[in-house]
Amino acid sequence: MKSSIWNDATVSRRSVLQGIAAVAVVGFTGIRFGMSEALAAANDKYPEDAFKQKSEADAIKSLYGKTAEKSDKVKLDAPEIAENGAVVPVAVSSSLPDVTSIAILVTENPNTLAAAYRILPGAAPSVSNRLKMAKTSNVIAVVEAGGKLYSATKEVKVTVGGCGG
Amino acid sequence: MASTIRVRATASGDSTEVQALIQHPMDSGFVKNAKGELIPPHYIQQVVIEHGGKPVFIADWGPAVSKDPYLKFAFKGGKKGDDLKVSWTDNKGASDTLTAKIQ
Repeated sequence: MKSSIWNDATVSRRSVLQGIAAVAVVGFTGIRFGMSEALAAANDKYPEDAFKQKSEADAIKSLYGKTAEKSDKVKLDAPEIAENGAVVPVAVSSSLPDVTSIAILVTENPNTLAAAYRILPGAAPSVSNRLKMAKTSNVIAVVEAGGKLYSATKEVKVTVGGCGG
Repeated sequence: MASTIRVRATASGDSTEVQALIQHPMDSGFVKNAKGELIPPHYIQQVVIEHGGKPVFIADWGPAVSKDPYLKFAFKGGKKGDDLKVSWTDNKGASDTLTAKIQ
């Protein structure tokens, strides 16, 4: 008798746990679907979560939902040495066809994603801007072309940090 | 108040080159003021550039974009005399818009 109660308790606790796990899986998949639909629709919503990510892999995944491969068709123009980390000129362009997006990440910054640009029909696959860099860091340019991601990386040495920007 | 946005858009052939300069503090939230208190984040999140009522370029920015941001890009289909509308919104909900003529 005693043992059957014990068993019942075990079963019910297990089923509760399974229930929780099932809800978690369903919820997570739901969020994932929501994200990819939002990306596919290319709406003009600000990608808040991508800008909060600490690592470049997480930021790229949050922004595009996939990973990038290195390509020499992504051109990243940034100085070898930046005397002022508060204003580092960075330009990205690409010779790839069907470019739909360009993102720029600074790996040593508190949040790696610095800027993401949507290249709408008619716009050239090229952008220039100025970024802040906390310290010497790799700068990564990510280009989305034909639904795939390509990247280029360059190290920029910073002699005076840009957080005082 | 004068606009926070300055735009130069130049058409040459089929391509229009756009340069925009926006006055904004772009506070990252990591910097302390003279009293040692953190300055709260205050930065532009989105810049939309429209031509002929349609967006041609959208910039999503984090606080790592430099103070008084500069942006340069190009698009096809613009003509001299066309209107080009530039608008930004920041994380505090402030915004500004400027319509410039393509030169």
